[in-house]
Amino acid sequence: MLLTAIAFYVFSAILIASATMVVLSRNPVHSVFFLILAFFNAAALFVLLGAEFLAMILVIVYVGAVAVLFLFVVMMLDVDFAELKRGLAKYLPLGLAVFVALLAELLIVSRVWTTAGAAGSALASATPAHITNTQALGMILYTQYVYYFQIAGLVLLVAMIGAIVLTHRRRPGVRRQSISRQNARTPAMSVEVVDVQPGQGG
Amino acid sequence: MQIGLTHYLIVAAVVFAIGVVGIFLNRKNVIIILMSIELILLAVNINFVAFSSFLHDLVGQVFALFVLTVAAAEAAIGLAILSVYFRNRGTIEVEDVNLMKG
Repeated sequence: MLLTAIAFYVFSAILIASATMVVLSRNPVHSVFFLILAFFNAAALFVLLGAEFLAMILVIVYVGAVAVLFLFVVMMLDVDFAELKRGLAKYLPLGLAVFVALLAELLIVSRVWTTAGAAGSALASATPAHITNTQALGMILYTQYVYYFQIAGLVLLVAMIGAIVLTHRRRPGVRRQSISRQNARTPAMSVEVVDVQPGQGG
Repeated sequence: MQIGLTHYLIVAAVVFAIGVVGIFLNRKNVIIILMSIELILLAVNINFVAFSSFLHDLVGQVFALFVLTVAAAEAAIGLAILSVYFRNRGTIEVEDVNLMKG
């Protein structure tokens, strides 16, 4: 139990510290790396909570895909980031005020809430015992929530198509392969027999 | 030393507040704003999973999975819009985004 507590405090401390660095870091590339660190620590917290499947999904989807996407975009765009950072000092007092106010409200809420008496019997689908988290999630995700699962897939499909349509551009003057033209070529169109006179080939 | 639900809620609250402040502090840099949104959604997910774990209800994790899906889609579309915008304008300052103003 003590080990769990120590692990919780270590992971959440690193999570909060790296989240702060995401926001404050001067170089956006560093921000992305701190974001990756934050996601890793959140995944560790999920493991502590017994949600192994979501922890692995977080590592695969966020660290493997989303954070790398961010990294690509940050490195691809040639932006003067020092110029973008200039207003930071101006907004810092407002930002701190918002931070303190929001955090105070959230902490008050998280301290004083209580569970309703009937909440224990109103579970939508109780966690089954003796099977793994992944198995339990799969058993309700593919049965009870299969439509939502399909809609999630549709959302990802639309996002993929949208991203391709948005970023695809037709540039003029680019030589593309035309398979029909290649297939329609005959030897007469492409091979020419030249009779070179002796002494003129050089 | 017992780690309870409140501990996780506090961590999620701090991460959420940091994400909101990130939007305030980096008004010009859209990339950092998108990252702040990811942080906010991560905090929401921590809340979902913590409640799911402590109430022994699996639906919280199902919902967290869907939040993750939407967050990934949002990041992809946001970054696509960002790169198109940068190609057209040569900058990513949010304050310059007034192309759609009538």
